[in-house]
Order: sequence, then structure tokens, then C-alpha cells
Amino acid sequence: MAYAVAPWSPSAGQHLLEMLSPEERLILPALQSIQHGFGFVPKDAVALVATALNVSVADVHGVLTYYHDLRTTPPAPVTVAVCVAEACQATGARELVSHLHRTLAAVGERSVDGEVDLVEVFCLGNCALGPAALINGRLVGRLSPATFADVLDDARATR
Amino acid sequence: MTVSVYVPSDSAATSVGANAVAKAIVAESTQRNLEIKLVRNGSRGLLWLEPLVEVATAEGRVGYGPVTAADVAALFDSDFLTGADNIFSVGLVDKIPWLADQQRVTFSRVGVIDPLDISDYEAHGGLVGLRVAIALDQSAIVDEVLASGLRGRGGAGFPAAIKWRTVMDASSDQKYVCCNADEGDSGTFADRMLMEGDPFTLIEGMTIAGIAGGATKGLIYIRSEYPDAITTMKAALLSAREYGLLGADVLGGGKTFDISIRVGAGSYVCGEETAMLESLEGKRGMVRAKPPIPALHGLFGAPTIVNNVLTLATVPMIMAQGAAAYQALGSDRSRGTQVFQLAGNIARGGIVERAFGISLHALVHTYGGGTSSGRPVRSVQVGGPLGAYFPASGLDVAMDYEALIAAGGMLGHGGIVVFDDSVDMAQQARFAMEFCAKESCGKCTSCRVGSVRGVEVIDKVMNNIDRTANLDLLTDLCDLMTYGSLCAMGGLTPMPVLSALREFPEDFQK
Repeated sequence: MAYAVAPWSPSAGQHLLEMLSPEERLILPALQSIQHGFGFVPKDAVALVATALNVSVADVHGVLTYYHDLRTTPPAPVTVAVCVAEACQATGARELVSHLHRTLAAVGERSVDGEVDLVEVFCLGNCALGPAALINGRLVGRLSPATFADVLDDARATR
Repeated sequence: MTVSVYVPSDSAATSVGANAVAKAIVAESTQRNLEIKLVRNGSRGLLWLEPLVEVATAEGRVGYGPVTAADVAALFDSDFLTGADNIFSVGLVDKIPWLADQQRVTFSRVGVIDPLDISDYEAHGGLVGLRVAIALDQSAIVDEVLASGLRGRGGAGFPAAIKWRTVMDASSDQKYVCCNADEGDSGTFADRMLMEGDPFTLIEGMTIAGIAGGATKGLIYIRSEYPDAITTMKAALLSAREYGLLGADVLGGGKTFDISIRVGAGSYVCGEETAMLESLEGKRGMVRAKPPIPALHGLFGAPTIVNNVLTLATVPMIMAQGAAAYQALGSDRSRGTQVFQLAGNIARGGIVERAFGISLHALVHTYGGGTSSGRPVRSVQVGGPLGAYFPASGLDVAMDYEALIAAGGMLGHGGIVVFDDSVDMAQQARFAMEFCAKESCGKCTSCRVGSVRGVEVIDKVMNNIDRTANLDLLTDLCDLMTYGSLCAMGGLTPMPVLSALREFPEDFQK
């Protein structure tokens, strides 16, 4: 997902961590807060989180590398999370993904123009109106190779 | 007179243009100088009709769908504000047989009310259950839920009240209610639709669970793939606190309960209750061994009620209408209703809430209308990615917990995914292993390594390398995964694989 993000600096990161409520002073919410603020979790943030929460760097690294959502590099302006799970497979998700592979990027890669990250996701809860994708946090249903380009243009225009 | 016009804000509806329709309706009514009240309701669950616009008339709500923004001017031209017939008309929505035949209990308000209007919620029977519960002692609430026969709707089917009683009887300074809203199974969307369409029901159900168990703190773990549900639940929590439904003195009854939301981070296995607890503690979502059970040693080691969204959201109705009314529905040991979700390649997909015991055939064909592609149904997966594939000829199975197990499947979270005859079942079996390899938490070797080996072995079978020996190896591997894994991820991944192999052997012989 893309956010209106701030440039990373340790002091800005520290500021975000200080804003966590007492019950959110845990590794995952801390990393989510950093990612929400900066668009990704910069390398330097790992030690910062470890110090702030009084846990080891290894613990923070373990959480950071466990969850698919957490990323360590800046995202492209548009992130397309395309559903590749069974219900969408039944309505043509595989064909959609191979179309995207030919025209945009491979799953897990960035488009040549640097504008779009394509990631796979297992279910968006839109299983009766598939194939589905989440484009910068907006759910789109009944996608097809024929309609995708328009939907993407729309997302780029409204971002 | 101001006419109420309903356009769903449910994300399935907005995924096919409901927001644009709502905008066009406002613009068009302003331009024509017509006064309307636009309500953004949840979805009625007739997803093939989305965006479904409804207009309140003296006879009831008249529906029009599917409607696009470009159709809105035509709607106004044909006087839809009076409920007039036109090419988009589906008649009185409550009278559509697909909906009229249903037994909506958990979903009785979804799509009907304005999700974030607490007075609308109360006007439709909301808060009655909680008021009943506040007047009872803890044990009487647990007894009522026990008598209803309510079992966990997340998939395991464990009697909810047994967990509640265990937590109630445990002594601890702090206890928790954790709502599992990590609805990761493909083909399921009922938790999402309930949270987006009737969030106060979940809040009320969690509060009753908290009072019964003696917990003062609730957490809802919502998956990050559901941004709209997160937004709606957050807004509902604010209203609930303002209203006094949550806080230090719940509805003036002297009980304390509050809820906060935690967002997942894209891990399927965090839908498993112990992995969810680890994730709620901010750690890697690794499955815990049981015992100790979460009811005694749950979040941060405290006694914890862990239930799925649908389980908790059903409790207010049980308390309001009495256990007997709920218990009267269903079949055998599966009491009450199940919210079935019709998905995949299906002509009429959506939410069908019916008493347990309805046949899979009726759901797929009578309600679902077969495939959306118009091709023959070939296979139906029941219960998510870990559920069995049924052949088109094997749909005469009663949909309840025990009957499905006897038929070699499982109910899971009630998702039903239909495939037409273009499906390659060897590829589906391979995907089950691939999915497990990607989502395994890594704790059990049988799951972490077994799934990777599973993909390799299926590839060999598909490429006709030592086919007979590799099919034996695959069966053996599935046996190991089933009995060697702590949770359902590794333990049930063999179910789709083996059912595909059993029912569709020809697809492995190409």
C-alpha cells in the first residue's frame, strides 16, 4: 500500500515510536508504524526499534522478515496486490497474472518504468467478484486482461 | 418528501463501482432538484447484483442492479425514486427468492442498516442481547450460549461456551477476549462483510463474551488485506465509546470492557489461534503447541477467549432471542445457522445464511445458479484452501460439521469455491502445496519441508517422471504432514491434495 510518506531520518523514526500507545509498544506494531510513516522499514530502523522496546536486534529482524507486508525498500508509487488464491483462480487469476507478467512486471517485481510494484496476495475477500486486486489500498473486482490497463490508469490518476 | 436511497459501501460493491454510483446519484438528484437521503449501507449479499441500489418505498425497499454510474441518469428518468419498474429493477429486495428463503440470524442487519449509525442499529434489535446479558450473572450467560449449541465458526467447530466457562473459572487479574478477524481462506468474506456492514454486532458480542468470561479488554485482529473493514471497525469503536457501549460502565450496568484493533501483516497462518496470539504480542506468527490452551494461557499468558468474528457476532442474537430459538435450527450436532459464502466461478455468488444441513448441491445450483462462465461445474472446494475438492457428482452432502467430515471434507469457515470444467485439478493440488510452502510458519518440519517436497513430487507426477512411485510418495508425504504437524496448515494441506487425487485421478495422468 502506498501512503503519503515522509523522508526517513532516525529522529523522525524515534518520534513515531514515541507516539505508540503503551499497548502498542510491541515489535510488530512498531514496525508497522515505521512502514506507515516512511513507506518501508529502513535498515537503521531495526536497531532503533530494538532500543526503544528493549528487545534484541535479532528479535526485530525476525519479525521484519516474517511478515509479507513488511518491506525494507521504498515502494513504487503504485502497488498492485493481485489475488492469486483459489476463488480468483476459478475466474481467471492465472490468465490475469500471466498477462501482467507480459505487460507490466513479474509477480514480486517492479515495472520497467518504475511506477508499479506487482505483488501477489492470497485472498482479498472479494471471492464472488474475482479476479480481484488491491491497488494502492483500493479493492477492484472483476478484473480481466482487457480492463486492467484502464483500472491502473485510474489508480495512477487518483493517487 | 425525502426519499431514502441505499448504495452499499461494502468493499465488494465498491470494487465494482458503488462509490461512483453513489456520487452520480447525489449529483443527479442535486441537478434535478430532488431531495434524497443517501444511505451507505452494507451489502445485502447478492453480490452478482452489485452495485445494488435500493429505494425505500411504502411497500419496502425496491432494488436496482447491477447499476453503473453511467446508468444513473436513466434510473432517474425512469422514476426509480418512486420504486418504478425499469430494466434495472429486481423488485422488492426482501421478496427476491434467493434472499427470502434464507434464515438470516448473524447477518440479519447486514445490508439493511447504516453500519455506523448506532440508533439505526438499536432500531433493528441491536443492544437487546447485551442488556439481557448485563442483567445475568456470568455463569448464566455461559449456560445460555452453551444451550444454544453455538460452535466456533472459524473452522474448528469447538463449542464456544466451553471456552468461555474455562476463562470464567480461571483466576487472573487480567483476562482477554481476542476476536479472530484474520479471514484468510480464499472463498470466504463473511467476516469482512459483517465488520463493514454491521460492526456494532461484533462489538456487542465481544462485550458479552468479556462480561461472561470476566475479561475487561478485547482485541480484534483484522488482516491488512481488509482496509475498509479496519476503517469501519475503528469508526464504530469510537461511536461505541461515545455511546457508553464500551468503557468503564458498559450501558450503565457497572461492567468494564473496551476493545482495540490490531492489524495483521499478510500472514495466512496468523488465522490459527495461537499464531494470532503470538502476532498480537508483536512477534513472528509462529504456532504454539497446545496445551496449554489459550483459554488458560492465552495472550501474554493470561486466560483468553479466542473466537472468530461470526461466532462472536452471533451471540447478541442468541442472548436477545433465547438459546432455544437458535438451537431449534440446524441438524444433528451442528446447531443454528451457518453463513455460507458462494464464491469463485459462480453465477449468483454471495452470502447464504441457512440452518446447518442444507445440501451442497442446493447451495451451488439452487442458490448459486451454477457457474458464471456458463460451462459445467466440475469441482467445488469447501472450507477454504485446506478444504476438500468435491466432484460435480458428489454435491449431495449435507452441510454440517460432522456430515462433511464423514464425506472426507470439512466445513472450515463456510466458503464454497466453484470451478468449471476448464480447471486442472493437478494444478490445484500443486497450488495447495505451494501455498503451504509460502505460508508455513516453519515450526513443524513436516509442514515447512513437506510442502516444498510436495510441490516437487507433484511436478514429477505432472511431468510423468516415475509416476506410480511418486504418487505413492505423495500419499506417504500427505500422511506424514497430516499427523506430524501442530496446526491445520500442515495438517490439512493434504486434504485438497488427496481429494483432488481421489476424485480427479485423470488430471494426474496427462
